[in-house]
Formats: sequence, C-alpha cells, structure tokens
Amino acid sequence: MLLCMALLTALPILAVFAYVFVPATEVWQHLVTTVLTDYLLNTFYLSLGVGLGVLLLGVPLAWLCSMCEFPGRAWFEWSLLLPLAMPAYIIAYTYTGMLDFAGPVQTSLRSLTGWGYSDYWFPNIRSLTGAICMLALVLFPYVYLLARAAFLEQSICVLEVSRTLGCNQWQSFFRVALPLARPAIITGLALALMETLADFGTVQYFGVTTFTTGIFRTWYGLGDHAAASQLAALLMSFVFILLLLEQASRRRARYYHSSSKYAQIKRISLTRWQARGAVLFCSLTLLLGFIVPVAQLASWSWANWSSQVDKNFIKLIQHSLGLAIAAALFALVLALILGYGKRLQPSPLVSLAARLASMGYAIPGTVIAIGVLIPFAWLDTQLNQLSQALFNSKWGLLISGSLFILLFAYNVRFLAVSLQTVEAGLGKIKPTIDNAGRSLGLSPSAVLWKLHMPLMKGSLLTAVLLVFVDVLKELPASLILRPFNFNTLAVRTYELASDERLAEAGLPALMIVVTGIIPVILLSRSISRSRAGGSS
Amino acid sequence: MLRKLVLSMALFATPLMALAEGEVNVYSSRQEQLIKPLLDKFTASSGIKVNLVTGKDDALIERLKLEGDNSPADLLMTADAGRLYRAKDLGLSQAVESDTLKTAIPENLRDPENQWFGLTYRARPIFYVKDKVKPSDLSTYEDLTDPKWQGKICVRSSDNIYNQSMLASMIASQGAEAATQWAEGFVKNLARPPEGGDRDQLKAAAAGICDLALANTYYYGQMLAGDAAEDKAAAEKLAIFWPDQGEQARGTHINISGATVTKAAKNKENAVKLLEFLVSDEAQAWYAEHNQEYPVKTSVSASSLLKGWGDFKADSINLSELGKHNAEAVKIMDTVGWK
Repeated sequence: MLLCMALLTALPILAVFAYVFVPATEVWQHLVTTVLTDYLLNTFYLSLGVGLGVLLLGVPLAWLCSMCEFPGRAWFEWSLLLPLAMPAYIIAYTYTGMLDFAGPVQTSLRSLTGWGYSDYWFPNIRSLTGAICMLALVLFPYVYLLARAAFLEQSICVLEVSRTLGCNQWQSFFRVALPLARPAIITGLALALMETLADFGTVQYFGVTTFTTGIFRTWYGLGDHAAASQLAALLMSFVFILLLLEQASRRRARYYHSSSKYAQIKRISLTRWQARGAVLFCSLTLLLGFIVPVAQLASWSWANWSSQVDKNFIKLIQHSLGLAIAAALFALVLALILGYGKRLQPSPLVSLAARLASMGYAIPGTVIAIGVLIPFAWLDTQLNQLSQALFNSKWGLLISGSLFILLFAYNVRFLAVSLQTVEAGLGKIKPTIDNAGRSLGLSPSAVLWKLHMPLMKGSLLTAVLLVFVDVLKELPASLILRPFNFNTLAVRTYELASDERLAEAGLPALMIVVTGIIPVILLSRSISRSRAGGSS
Repeated sequence: MLRKLVLSMALFATPLMALAEGEVNVYSSRQEQLIKPLLDKFTASSGIKVNLVTGKDDALIERLKLEGDNSPADLLMTADAGRLYRAKDLGLSQAVESDTLKTAIPENLRDPENQWFGLTYRARPIFYVKDKVKPSDLSTYEDLTDPKWQGKICVRSSDNIYNQSMLASMIASQGAEAATQWAEGFVKNLARPPEGGDRDQLKAAAAGICDLALANTYYYGQMLAGDAAEDKAAAEKLAIFWPDQGEQARGTHINISGATVTKAAKNKENAVKLLEFLVSDEAQAWYAEHNQEYPVKTSVSASSLLKGWGDFKADSINLSELGKHNAEAVKIMDTVGWK
C-alpha cells in the first residue's frame, strides 16, 4: 500500500527515466561536441554560487535573529522570510528593468556624467553572476527558516553546558549550536539547490545556458525527445546523489533533544558596533531581496492598474488561492502517510521510492507535466476503450482533463518540501513516545493522530505553508495542465512578461507576492512560538 | 481538516471536462489578452461558445499528442509557422476545405495541403539607429556578416523560435552550408552576447550599445503606440530597413500566427466557422489595430502606423519550409556559438 503510493508519486519521474533505455541518437554527438560543456559548467557554477550565497545569508541571519539582541530584531525576525513570497523569475524581471543598460539607473548615470556605452564599467545583471544573486536573494529564506527553527528548538542547557566547559559565546556557536543545527541547515540548502536546478524562468531570461534550458532546447528546438529525456535523467541523477548525501549526513547521527528544560533564551547583547553591523546586514538583505523589487512592481502596477483590474482579475486570484490551498493540504496528507509509514516499517524499498518521488523538486515543471501526462493520458485512453465497449459512449478525458492532474503534478513537484518538513518533525519525536503510546493501548494511527500531530504542529504548519507559497509561484505545470477557461496569477504574469510587456505584468506579479506574504508571516509567527517553554 | 480536503477534492474533480456539445475548444499559444476579445466577438455573432487554454506552443502540441483521439481540443493556435508544421508532421491536424479561407489567405501563408492557415503575419527586418547609420549602407541580411558591422549588431538568443525560423528560411533558400557561413559571420559581428527579448534589442540600439538590431515588427509598433514614454522615445530613435528588396532578392523574412483544426476535433464544423471568422474583415482589422500585425487578407489595410513604414517585398517561400529546417537551424546555431 505504502509502496504503491510512493511509486505512484514517482511514476512521472520513472516515465522520464524510461527514456534512458532508448538508444542514444546522433544528437548526443552534436551536444557533446558543441554545448554540453557549457551546460555542465554553468549549472555547476550556478549551484555553487547559490549554495554559498544562501548559506552565507541564511545561517548568520538565523543566528543573529534567534540568539542575539539588537534594535529591530523582533521585526527582522519575521520580515526576513518575506523574500520567500517572491518568485525568482519576477525578481529577475524587476532588477533587469532597473539595472539594464537602457534602465533608469544607468540612463541617469550616463546623463549625469555624459558617458556613453563602453566609457564605463557596470555589472551586467543578465549574467551568471546576476542569476546567482537573484536566486540566492529569494532562496536564502529556506536556510534561514530551517536554521532558525533549529536554533530555537535547541535546549538552552546544551549551550550553557558548553559555556561552563569554557567556550565563549562565539565558540559555543561554532562548536555546539552550529553542528546541532546542521541537519536542518543541510535540508534548507538541499531545498534551495533543488529549486536552483529546476529554475527555468530566471536563467532563460538572463540568457545563461544551463542543463534546464538545454533540456528545452533539445526537446523542442532539436525535436529529440529521447535525448532531452536523457539529459533530464542525467540531471536527476545529480539530484539523487545530492539527496543521498543529505540523507547520509543525517544518518550518521540522530539528534534528539534529551533535555526537556527549556529556559528563556538569554540573547547575547551586541556591542554598539556589532549591533550596527547586524542592523545593516539584516536591512540590506531585506531591502535587496524584497523591498526594492516590490517597490518596482508597485510602480509598474500604479501606471497600469486601470487596464488590468476587472472581474476576471478577481477570478485569477480565486483560482490561484484555491489551487494553492488544495495542493498544500493534499501534499500534507501524502507526506504524513509516507513519513509515518516509513517510521512504522522502515523498508529500503519504500525509502527509495520516497526519495525518488522527492526528486520532483529539482525537476523543471515542464518535464514533470509531461511525465504526469504520459501515464494519465494512457489511463484515460484505456478508460475510454472500456466505456466504449461497455456503454458504447466515451467519457472523454476524466483524469487528464480535470484539475486533479494539476494537483497531482504539484504534489510530484513539491513532495520534497512537505515530506522533508514532516520527516524532520517526526525525527525530533523520540521513539520512546511511540512505545509509550502503543503500550498504553493506542493503535498506530491513534499514535499519529493523538500524540505526533499535536507534538509536531509547527512542522505540519510549515509544510502546508511552504507548499502553498510554492504552488502560488509555480508556473510551467500550471501552464500545461490546467483545464479550459482556467487561469492563474502566475500564468497571467508569464503571458505578459513573455510578450515583453513587463510593466503590465507588474500587477499580477505584485498580487502573487502579496498573497504569498500572509502565509509567510503566519509561518514566521508559528516558529517563534515553537520554542517550548519560552514565551517569546 | 480532512473533511475540508475531501470537500475541495470533490470540488476539483467535478467534471470540468463535461464541455457541452457544439462548443469550440481552443488550445492557444497566443496569449489570452490577444485572442479572447476576438473569441468573444465570435461568440456574440454566432452564438457558439469558445473555451480557451493558453500555453507554450510546444507544450500544447505535446499535450495534444499525449491526449490522442480523446483530446477535447478542436483548434490549435500558434504564434509561428514552424509549430504548425510540427503539429501536422506529428499527425495532429487535419485538412479543411473552405473557399473562404482559400480566397482570404495568400497561398504561401497556408499549408499546401490545407492543414493550417496563417491569420496574421509579421516581418523581421533590420532596425537601424537614425543618427548613426545611413540606410544606403544597408542592403541584405547577408550584408550583416560584413566586417564593417563588427560589434554593431544586437539580436536575441538563438533559443527563440523567431531566430530559428529566420535561419531555417535561409537554409531553405540557400542551403545549409551558406546558412552556416552566414551565421558564423553574423555572430562575429554581435555587439554583445545575446540577452533579453526583441524589445530589449531595440532599446539597446536606442541606448547606444549597437547600431543595428533584428526584431519583429509588432514589438516596434507596440513600443511606438504604447503608453510608456521611455519606450516610445527609444523607438523613435530607430527606423526600419527592409532587407533583400532587389529584383532578384528573396524579400524580407516573415512569419505568421496561425491555426489548425486538430485531428481529434469533435466540432470540426464550428471550428472551421471560427477560423473563417478570424479572416473576416472585422477580425483582421482588430488584429492590425491592437497588435500591430499585418492582416493576411490583402483587402484589409494595415494600421496607419504600419502603413507609415512603407510597403515591402516579403519572402514568398512557403512557410512549411521553416518547420522542415528547424532542427537543422538549431544545430547550426549551436555549432557557430550563437548563444
């Protein structure tokens, strides 16, 4: 049963993998001699850059906001999550609009100084470095979020013990708090890297040729589906290794908090200069990752709102919200079943299937959409043959023509997020609690319902909210799989932006961000409250 | 929470696919805002309801292919000829016999076997900066490989279908070898590695990065006719040069937006009615006015803005050729390092 579910979710990924067995065509020869090196190198540098970026932003910010005291800390604590509501392709649009050669910044620079093209050097936003900056700015909250939760959940006793053993405050951070938070940080990093690998919108807009853009070019431009799928399979293999590494880093040790003594955190009070540095660091990150792009979107919307807002626009918001809520709940249930099932009967096969299904997070939405269509369209064909034979009538596309297929695709794409969050939550509950519950006569499902779910309320909420925000931003699968007369905010934004009408895309893009802010704030508050025994 | 979940699932599973008889279902890569108003006009005049899904051309073709005979789509609309050729090639479209369509649409803008039909066309000419370039220095696309233009040309990425189609048209008329040589020389003359879209190339030229840019005409038209003052100011620094106009020359490269009736169509009759409506004078004039595209129907005049750019000789190659040579074009672009 469990295996079936995991396999079903992994089906679209397996459908793409199946192409590996199609013999390689001469297109491969062409790819190897021309562009493959570029794809590999760019993807490598992109992942490396984004990985470093999210760690250097996420971990220090999380530490500052949970363990130190400085002016505005309470405010930064939640607002630093806001970039999570900003889709990477949208932040890329806004910065390009501002920093491009023909944009306001460089134009005013030229009119001030009288320089012309090639008289001065200005960083080119549409470059590999630009893409790294854009992705790191919106993806660092994953690391920040998980690291902060980990810091907050640590028992203060451990830190105090380290202090009595002679560590100063900074040593106890590097030697105790950081290693304890490592699994959470690695999970955050893995999520950010998988998003990076799946990103198509940003790199394509910037003209950076990565694996993902290569898959599209091979599939559509060269018209070779087998070679494109083999490229996708290669990408998936990287991800699979990444996931195995992540799991291995967790397997070596388990981190249960054995002390239940949670005292109020005594935050380190920073010296005046340290505090100024902290405020500068936090506000700069927030400014670049959220406030500046939102201001740009707002100014575009201001110029265009009258031509955009009509009754259809309200419908767009409703559709986006409805889909995001349904998909988030669907993902939670699936993750709970898979996560708890794995805890009850650890079987390597189920584990593998769940890992396989989690890979969807690193796979471009378009590939997932096609992977979902292959089995479901086949199923529909079978159903129609059946109905033709039995009732002499056709049912049409029962599955692949409804919203169900889209919800399913979202789950394949985002299962990693909900599953990892739920598993992390479950992992923190000591197995002795299960044993106690069972020995007191509770059934396994009652243990989940009555003991685990209340204990990991925070993780469950995190899972729901993360998937919600992700679905709200999701584009390619929605674009391909949605039924007739059904549009979303992301689709509208894309259509306008792809027609190079950036200013008009401002309003729907702003609505995505605004709608995403609400769950992000909820998320942040729930983490602050998650600290057992603490009142902050 | 569980109840809520079941409820919402039930809501989503309600047969959205139960689309009534006689309604026309359209898969369109033409974006909603550029097609919905026309579909609404059609519904108002004929009483036939139209259902619409928009998306990327290739993905819609893939969806059509996987859905097979059960596909609900009656009509596929795309924004270039290459994709219509691909749909035909995959056996996803069917022939339509309609005198209305045949008389309205010039022969080279529709499929020789009547499987697809062009509805509007656009050109991809050379744009030059008025202050820097004399039009007499320009002549053909081939001339763009001349060393005198080194570091002076802007063009978007070769990922884009408009560039792929342009190179495909060269392969069709001059062969792969000549096209490779052209692409090689052309890439050497680029002012910067390709980035951004067509409008970005025009803006870059206006801002001084390059002297020449390749772009589709409607982008230029929209910049001139739109509300944004900076765009307008940028576009006004540029002018159009129609290349390859000589007696023997093949004419400026053009492409179409068009449509095809799907093989799986359940409502072929109404789908054809919709196609016929889209080449009516009313619909053709709407396209010309709202999107600055050229109407395929010669009796309908282009917008006053487009007329101001003057008449030009368009490449008369049958646009099926663009689809035929697409993969080859992409390979050439990879080989010569056109990013």
